[in-house]
Amino acid sequence: MAKVEMTVNGKTVSGEVEGRTLLSDFIRGGLQLTGTHVGCDTSQCGACVVHVNGQAVKSCTMFAAEAEGAEVTTIEGIGGNDGSLSTVQQAFQDYHGLQCGFCTPGMVMSATALLKDNPKPTEAEIREYLEGNICRCTGYHNIVKAIMAASGQDVGAIAAE
Amino acid sequence: MPKDHGIGASSKRREDVRFLTGTGNYTDDINVHGQLYVHFLRSDVAHGRINKVDTAAASEMPGVVRVFTGADFEGVGSIPCGWQVTDRFGEVMQEPPHPVLAQGKVRHVGDPIAAVVAESLSQARDAAEAIEFDIDELPAVVDMKEALKDGAPKVHDDLKNNLCYDWGFVEENREAVDKAIKEAAHVTTLELVNNRLVANPMEPRVAVGDYNRANDESTLYTTSQNPHVIRLLMGAFVLGIPEHKLRVIAPDVGGGFGTKIFHYAEEAFCTFAARQLARPVKWTSTRSEAFMSDAHGRDHVTKIELALDKDNNFTALRTDTYANMGAYLSTFAPSVPTWLHGTLMAGNYKTPLIYVNVKAVFTNTVPVDAYRGAGRPEATFQLERVVDKAARELGVDPIALRRQNFISEFPYATPVAVEYDTGDYTATMDKLEEIADIAGFAARRKESEAKGKLRGLGVNCYIEACGIAPSNLVGQLGARAGLYESATVRVNATGSISVMTGSHSHGQGHETAFPQVVAEMLGIPEDQIDIVHGDTARTPMGMGTYGSRSLAVGGSAMVRATEKIINKAKKIASHLMEASEADIELKDGQFTVAGTDKSVAWGDVTLAAYVPHNYPLEDIEPGLEETAFYDPSNFTYPSGAYACEVELDPDTGKVTVERFSAADDFGNIINPMIVSGQVHGGIAQGVGQALMENCVYDENGQLLSASYMDYAMPRADDVPFYSVDHSCVTPCTHNPLGVKGCGEAGAIGSPPAVINAVVDALQSGGHDVTHIDMPASPSRVWAAMNG
Ligand code: FES
Ligand code: FES
Repeated sequence: MAKVEMTVNGKTVSGEVEGRTLLSDFIRGGLQLTGTHVGCDTSQCGACVVHVNGQAVKSCTMFAAEAEGAEVTTIEGIGGNDGSLSTVQQAFQDYHGLQCGFCTPGMVMSATALLKDNPKPTEAEIREYLEGNICRCTGYHNIVKAIMAASGQDVGAIAAE
Repeated sequence: MPKDHGIGASSKRREDVRFLTGTGNYTDDINVHGQLYVHFLRSDVAHGRINKVDTAAASEMPGVVRVFTGADFEGVGSIPCGWQVTDRFGEVMQEPPHPVLAQGKVRHVGDPIAAVVAESLSQARDAAEAIEFDIDELPAVVDMKEALKDGAPKVHDDLKNNLCYDWGFVEENREAVDKAIKEAAHVTTLELVNNRLVANPMEPRVAVGDYNRANDESTLYTTSQNPHVIRLLMGAFVLGIPEHKLRVIAPDVGGGFGTKIFHYAEEAFCTFAARQLARPVKWTSTRSEAFMSDAHGRDHVTKIELALDKDNNFTALRTDTYANMGAYLSTFAPSVPTWLHGTLMAGNYKTPLIYVNVKAVFTNTVPVDAYRGAGRPEATFQLERVVDKAARELGVDPIALRRQNFISEFPYATPVAVEYDTGDYTATMDKLEEIADIAGFAARRKESEAKGKLRGLGVNCYIEACGIAPSNLVGQLGARAGLYESATVRVNATGSISVMTGSHSHGQGHETAFPQVVAEMLGIPEDQIDIVHGDTARTPMGMGTYGSRSLAVGGSAMVRATEKIINKAKKIASHLMEASEADIELKDGQFTVAGTDKSVAWGDVTLAAYVPHNYPLEDIEPGLEETAFYDPSNFTYPSGAYACEVELDPDTGKVTVERFSAADDFGNIINPMIVSGQVHGGIAQGVGQALMENCVYDENGQLLSASYMDYAMPRADDVPFYSVDHSCVTPCTHNPLGVKGCGEAGAIGSPPAVINAVVDALQSGGHDVTHIDMPASPSRVWAAMNG
């Protein structure tokens, strides 16, 4: 067991972890921030995406110890302090970009990172960027649409609801 | 102007806020004070005799509380099957026991041999490696036809053979169908595989068992689509715990798609172990574990023959299917290839004679059960593929051949024992031709060809049967459960409402859509109404959510309960306004007396019900809470027409879906936004089945596709934007909302459209290919092109 300390959603946190403890397990188990989900064990699904020092990272691919001293943002920290939704979160609700909600935290964290790098992505760019995030419910239609809307693009022409 | 609230409005989903902010409450988010963790040691061979499982060393490992084996479950019940099929000779199916932990033999890769319960998960995992076991590997049966040969290894030693049942439907039609096929002007024959799939809801299964010794109460938190069904099956048949001592909670559930209907051994284990150890026990499946322990879907091998007369009218249909059951019978497995499949073989067509034969087979593979659509996609795929093949053989337009054979008068009694109440297949086909721009296809094909690509168009229809019912009928068909649904509408003193429903939401948005219905009926704002679901202690006995039944069955129960509320509230209002009950009207949350300007508000009436100072106590009880159980009189029959356009790269065999259009008739629609979302998701799963997904075993029963590295899930760049429409509406005639259900249509209707399109593309390139099995992966397509 070793001590690890990092900043999560603006707060300094610390905990005792084994060398093999994944960042996702530390966030969910140690910090009880259960918004970050675990959907696979092969780094394929993206349900666990968080931001580490501003970069989107699959938190199941990183040991907690590797995040020593890092700035971590999870889904719980992406909206306003007053509980308001971020632009991406709001667009997901407005355009029905989620159903069961399990992939959603990872989708929102990935989409937020994408829009930071590429403020007006095309449909193709969004789809390619989301390669690492699996959603089984939505068929991606409304996720892509929500991200385009969140980036200020007109999505009125994209078919129904 | 679209409505902004009530029935027909695209109300935004209220559940989204917690999911978007990471504050949902999924089962793995639940940690009970003092909980232990279980790790299952699973078989890595497909078939073997267990000689010895020695847990002594593992039991001494740090943190280990107890190691369980099959021997600990002597005297505990078998995981039950919920449906008993009777075969075509009048015999009931062969039904083997399914122990919680393997006893005597292991029968598939993933069959649990032992379970280690420890203070931490890593301690449990470490200790599992110290279990010493001796298993004699036996020859495995994987291929269904091989499994039925004389002398094939038996999955269950105590059964006669590996045949679960040989079902014929309708048996009396058998000879007439054979004769019609013999005498037909044209017969189109197709042999095909409906590939084995893994449902893969993104949330893996989780179970947390808890036990309170002081009052002898057990609680199971589980990722289930139907907590009451789990309570009934596990309590009554496996562990012998009466309902009042067993509470099952399925909180936020991250997708189900059928695979979370069933009662699983891990649920029984956690509940049992918690009682034994008097401590909570938690299991969280890894994805790898999910691949070898979640029930799989589909896996049919079929030969279908369609007979036509000289004018291209369908005269008879015969289909022979081998359906894989896997190693044990999962909860609803026997019903899927039979009653959910054979009854749909008429499709949208007036074929007068139909015979369906299904042989269900045990193999050394994970159990197979319902996956989104369950039997209906298998029926639709073979039918719509054979119709397409017939059109190509006869040189007629596939759409025209379908239109010619459409059922056009309703109600329509099919030769496979169901009665379609309403539908308009011509209308949905017309709508499809419009939204898919079928007329523009030729030009798009030219564009593709100019780029060196092939382009194909595939069209198909589908019919499905939802809200399976009524209970007395399904009882005769072998269901060991009723298929009603329940709702309690609890009106509070100030007029707010809690609706306790037996339906369960795991992505469908009930918390938003159900209040729209009640709000419409009462004329009060949606936000005054909340839905309670997923907890046997808080909801009336209900059967849960699957088979697109929530709104058609659960919604109907809610309507009936709300009608009772309205009746009673009108009585109270008539007393308050000193008017005759018959003259009371309810509109926009106000009770009025017809022909007068007297009115009282909803809230005044609800308050009077709970503060009954001025109240007709001699006539009616105080309070305002009503329960209804609704048992449908028939299935509902959503239908539609789908079109897929693919581009095929002849150099690589890669197929891309360029356009996908769906015109559905779901009857009346409560929330169009949610309905479209359901269709989108279903289409992606259907495209996944058709082009990518495949669950593969080798001949020794090793599972080759056991992670997302090997099992190809559709991703955002595998699909286009879809065009979906549900403006064709023929309301269901036998439920109060006129709704039909929309949850499975996308997955049912889309695979044949994709494959029809791939075949069309190949033929346009001069390739003599009449069929390609799913998934039409680049290697298969390339092989088909290059002989
Ligand atoms: S849990 Fe991290 S990628 Fe799946
Ligand atoms: S919303 Fe369920 S997995 Fe994406």
